[in-house]
Amino acid sequence: MTDFSRRDFLKLSAAAVGALTLSGAGEFGETKAGAAPNYWWQRETATKSSYCDMCYWHCGIKVEVADGRVAKIYGDEEDPLSQGNLCPRGQAGVRQLYNPDRLKQPLINVGERGEGDYRKATWSEALDYAAEELSKVSEEWNGPESIAWLNHCTSGSWFSHIAAAWGSPNNGGPAHSLCLGSREIASQLTFGLPVGEHMPVDWENTKFITLIGNHIGENTHNTLMKDFMGAVDGGAGLAVVDPRYSTPASKSDYWLPIKPGTDTALLLSWINLLIRENRYDRNYVEKYSTGFEELKNRVQDYTPEWAAEVTDLEQRKIKEVGREMARYRPHAVVPPNRKASWYGNDTQRLRALFILNALLGNYGREGGFYFNSEPWVEDYSFPSMKLENTGGGCGGGGGALGEDTLPEDVRERADNKGEKFLYGSLSEPELIEAMASEDPYPIKGLVVSGNNIFHSAPKKERTKEALKNLEFYMAMDILPQEHVMWADVVLPESTYLERYNDLFIGHHKSTPFISFREPAVDPLYNTKPGWWIAKELGERLGLGEYFPFDDFEEYLNERLGPLGLSVEEMKEKGIVKQPQLSQPYLEDFESQNQDPPFGTPSGKIELYSERLEENGLDPVPTYDDPEEPPDGFFRLLYGRSPVHSFSRTQNNSWLSEVDPENEVWINSKATEKMGLEEGEYVVLENQDGKKSRPIKVKKTERIRDDCVYMVHGFGHDTPEMERQDGKGASDIEMQSDYELDPISGSVGMNVNYVRVAEKGGSS
Amino acid sequence: MTRYALAVDLKKCVGCKACVVACKAENEVPDGVFRLTTYEVEKGSFPEVDTELRHDQCRHCETAPCVSVCPTKASYTDDEGLVRIDYSKCIGCKACMVACPYDARFINPEGGYADKCTYCIHRVKEGKEPACVNTCPTGARVFGDLDNPDSEIRKSMRNNRVSAPKEEAGTNPKFYYLNKELEEVRA
Repeated sequence: MTDFSRRDFLKLSAAAVGALTLSGAGEFGETKAGAAPNYWWQRETATKSSYCDMCYWHCGIKVEVADGRVAKIYGDEEDPLSQGNLCPRGQAGVRQLYNPDRLKQPLINVGERGEGDYRKATWSEALDYAAEELSKVSEEWNGPESIAWLNHCTSGSWFSHIAAAWGSPNNGGPAHSLCLGSREIASQLTFGLPVGEHMPVDWENTKFITLIGNHIGENTHNTLMKDFMGAVDGGAGLAVVDPRYSTPASKSDYWLPIKPGTDTALLLSWINLLIRENRYDRNYVEKYSTGFEELKNRVQDYTPEWAAEVTDLEQRKIKEVGREMARYRPHAVVPPNRKASWYGNDTQRLRALFILNALLGNYGREGGFYFNSEPWVEDYSFPSMKLENTGGGCGGGGGALGEDTLPEDVRERADNKGEKFLYGSLSEPELIEAMASEDPYPIKGLVVSGNNIFHSAPKKERTKEALKNLEFYMAMDILPQEHVMWADVVLPESTYLERYNDLFIGHHKSTPFISFREPAVDPLYNTKPGWWIAKELGERLGLGEYFPFDDFEEYLNERLGPLGLSVEEMKEKGIVKQPQLSQPYLEDFESQNQDPPFGTPSGKIELYSERLEENGLDPVPTYDDPEEPPDGFFRLLYGRSPVHSFSRTQNNSWLSEVDPENEVWINSKATEKMGLEEGEYVVLENQDGKKSRPIKVKKTERIRDDCVYMVHGFGHDTPEMERQDGKGASDIEMQSDYELDPISGSVGMNVNYVRVAEKGGSS
Repeated sequence: MTRYALAVDLKKCVGCKACVVACKAENEVPDGVFRLTTYEVEKGSFPEVDTELRHDQCRHCETAPCVSVCPTKASYTDDEGLVRIDYSKCIGCKACMVACPYDARFINPEGGYADKCTYCIHRVKEGKEPACVNTCPTGARVFGDLDNPDSEIRKSMRNNRVSAPKEEAGTNPKFYYLNKELEEVRA
């Protein structure tokens, strides 16, 4: 449990123990260790209600405060998401609050952008300056469209609120284009409904699960992990398709170590098998879907025999898994994953996945996918906004299939939607490209909150060029992350344990609920809540009417009032569930003589998409081979550590202690060929000559020999944060290329390749 | 009699380390040391490979060598069968650390005394589960009284394959793995 080994001790201390035995303990009295500890739970504590902000699952939590300090965070038993349990990250919120490296006061840049030369400022000084500079950009560059807003934190929705009120359509974050956008678009194209934040898979009733590149357990989204393991423990069969033997693979009945980038071929072959062997749910398909004959014709060549060649999988296994799905349907499910953007063909890959589910007859059926109930809280009534608020966190990342309906005096989005891709909300990398190239028009102002654009977006060098091309850049954050220390004005936000936030409106298993967040302790240092910062900035920009509340309790009471609730009551309750009003399955709609809720133009599940066809795209997914890695290179795959959230927790002392740096997973035989040892450091180089920081080798049988893998979020360059600075390597550094999905505007980053360039170095 | 014990269902454990962090928070375990750690073992060769989790912590052995070796009686077995440390009697001689076959003890860098898992007896006495059990999102950790046939741990031991790590050390540990498949590969 420590670096001190028993053997070392034996060498050093045998004499001392011997002496002890001879002369008795009394002699050692003076060396007695001292008083017993006074633990937090031996003191008086107060319990506060909140919801977690260490990731976007937003589990309900209870916070124990002893002597004015947060000592412990645990899951709220009433919360449908946490059910009283919390992942490591959620518990380590304590160490985000007490991280000594936090941003402590507003800063104004006095040097060149990127050099990190700052002076301290008061809040009014920083906000006056920011408002003045943003107004200047808007005036000189033809309006507020020249300012982009990239948010990825709970309070960031208030900055998106400013963008919408002021009139910038360049308002979004990483959630859509770098994460789940293609999944949401594919689901809307197929079922006319988004998947939504908390994936509505009916885990407790399913009997056979097939995961494709889906890393539940490595992603510690609490309820997902709980429900998935509950299903497996309850006896559901599990097939895992992944080039790497992931955590869920270790729980599987079938591991299919697929050749990276060939997933669509496998999905199409399962569709082919279900149709050819007449194992699909014919009644369901006839009743609820359109386009089956076209689908049947178009997939007839995608046989399992063909797929075995393409995917480098055993034909027998492909068939067996396909037949198992059919055997258990509709209690068989192929859940989509959350980090959906891989190769730039992602919407079509996920269309294939949803079509497969439809053939299993599981959408809106027990053991497949259930329908979520509508949110039940009225929006706060703001004065009419110039634009719809499209920003925010993952909740704002779904993206719609419709045209953007902008007023005539507002310029189109600068991410070239319409030209380069068809649907969805903002494509962050494409907006950054526009910032650098000034095509279609110059973006000269940028506001970023909670979104480390040097770690989330690929093509980091281009991001730097984009930032250098700005006239004004403001960042709000908790920690001095890389992107923050490029800003002209740095605004330190209070952590989620020190502030109010909006209500969190969630669903789980069709039960809608709201969670409440109150400050557990007063803000440390000279930090402020995000809502306050946005309100002060908005008022200085002449947008005060869009912040018509004096304090946040007033805002919350206005929203809670119609529900017969108040801030005071929510402080007691923390979570309020709506009585069960749900219609989780299709049969619930039928029993109430309602149409099925498919929001497609046909009102049915669209196996064949006329909308895609009208736009010159494949109406049924087709298969194209992925580009092969150059000679001597491996495809670079990346993923998550269960104890880290993106690139934002590597400086958290509890989390970095259990997972301080990442490793590059290389197939054992490949390491032997290269003469690499377990644990030695290497420098990776990508196809464009970009080199990584030194990273440890994990020599493993758990990965194919045509790809390597690393956990995302490490390899920070933050001298202000020693605990994370230079630990491990960043996958983003190696992602100098991406493939844009022409449907959703998502960017696939699994199109980068690395080789081991040199040995040596250290972390 | 009460004999508290803990079991980890390796079929359910995903290695998320929620238990590790819960332990640190609950017991204010100083930076750099742990009362509980987990790690993964890997067996086989591609593609016939498998992995499984392992958990290291005090096993609260019935025949506890750390207790018998302690020169000051700081280490003792309490009425609930738990191996405890009276920090005020500990002289930090490390004899218990040498004696423990599970490497479960360490010197608390803030207090200078030997330290380790208590099965969160302060919580258990209030009718709560140990912090590591309470937080586990997949329900892999089970705690209870071996002398009570209706306890969760007895139920789970009846319904699953049970093994105790390093049983050959002969210390009668009260910590079990459920559904263990792979043999140890780590020394």
